[in-house]
Amino acid sequence: MDFDFDLVMRALPLLVAGAGITVKITVMSVALGIIIGLIAGVARVSRVKPLQMITACYVNFFRGTPLLVQIFIIYFLLPLITGHRMDPLVVAITACGINSGAYIAEIFRAGIQSIDAGQMEAGRSLGFSWLETMRYIIVPQAFKRVVPPLGNEFIALLKDSSLVSVIGFEELTRRGQLIIARTYASFEIWTCVALIYLAMTMLISQLVAYLERRYSLDDTH
Amino acid sequence: MIHIEKLSKSFGSLEVLKDIDLHISKGEVVVFIGPSGGGKSTFLRCMNYLETPTAGKVIVDGCELSDREEVLNKARINIGMVFQRFNLFPHLTVLENITLGPIKLLKMEKGAAAAKAMELLDRVGLADKRDAYPRQLSGGQQQRVAIARSLAMNPKVMLFDEPTSALDPEMVGEVLDVMKGLAADGMTMVIVTHQMKFAREVADRVLFIAEKKIYEEGTPEQIFDNPQKPRTRDFLSKIM
Repeated sequence: MDFDFDLVMRALPLLVAGAGITVKITVMSVALGIIIGLIAGVARVSRVKPLQMITACYVNFFRGTPLLVQIFIIYFLLPLITGHRMDPLVVAITACGINSGAYIAEIFRAGIQSIDAGQMEAGRSLGFSWLETMRYIIVPQAFKRVVPPLGNEFIALLKDSSLVSVIGFEELTRRGQLIIARTYASFEIWTCVALIYLAMTMLISQLVAYLERRYSLDDTH
Repeated sequence: MIHIEKLSKSFGSLEVLKDIDLHISKGEVVVFIGPSGGGKSTFLRCMNYLETPTAGKVIVDGCELSDREEVLNKARINIGMVFQRFNLFPHLTVLENITLGPIKLLKMEKGAAAAKAMELLDRVGLADKRDAYPRQLSGGQQQRVAIARSLAMNPKVMLFDEPTSALDPEMVGEVLDVMKGLAADGMTMVIVTHQMKFAREVADRVLFIAEKKIYEEGTPEQIFDNPQKPRTRDFLSKIM
């Protein structure tokens, strides 16, 4: 079998540009996911029953259904809500962000619950409210502990973002498909796409490992 | 300063405290002693509603505690608490541990809060540890920082929940010395402890907590030298 290097070299700039878009939606989705996940995670450990129930439903739904299906639902639902056609980028980030928010909520919940109960008591006995104690004392400590699972979530989402290619959004996977449609060089292009994903995920692993080392230096836990 | 009426506390079907009345005056140092599981710590924790009493009233400095968050958050500023396991904030330096409350709750300026914190650190003999993290300190040092952290809120009352029970024996003295200093300065203090020698030295009043109530109370001399009731005698004979 021939491996057409020339073709790969010509396709590479297009694919790398697609990878840039993949990184962009991943970063923005994780940012959205962290905001949603933090709020939902805190709500899950609160003693307010309705909040617990709403967040439990949210987490169960988005963890219990395929991301692909969620992307389609949001793709068709958003225009109905807003009244006009949506930018695929907005759809992609909304779908991926809400989905990863459900996983990140669980990560934060576990992180918060791993903090010694004495911390909450100490905060409360100084006169802080429950929410203030969360904000100033519990969550900052939990954040350091959830760096590794957040890193995993980031890697998972980077790969899963390939699913937004189904709504025609031109990230790395979609770019690959389009090039193959023109050149029929399936093997070369898919290999190339896979290696680009691999390079990105390995880079993130290194970054997470670095953050973990740095945080473990200035924390007891 | 602290006024308690008909206080009861149950955990599920287990009744721990029943119909307790107690009045503690300003500047008084009251020590709780008694058998483990006898409810001393629970009683103390009811005084700032870390445990919510099942029934009864707790009034501290004229303010009746209740389940309402706003009431509780305000009242707790006046009630310092020192825990058996210190509960310092591990992500903050010693100085930040002490200034967090004053800056966020008392709205003090950073500079003023730091100056006050240094004064308190000086008082507990740890001024040189201002930038250390809790994990870099010994247990005794951590507990002294915890006391400074409580004092930074200018509390009217200090509650101590077995403050030396988690310490190595050689560190007990340094913590008790800080507490003696506080007592000498007129702080109103309620202390749960197993340090009988310390109790005798510092207490105005000793309460023996057993059988869900204040089983016997009196001056240290009365309780330690001449206990009247059988369970008090029995307890003291076992530990002295």
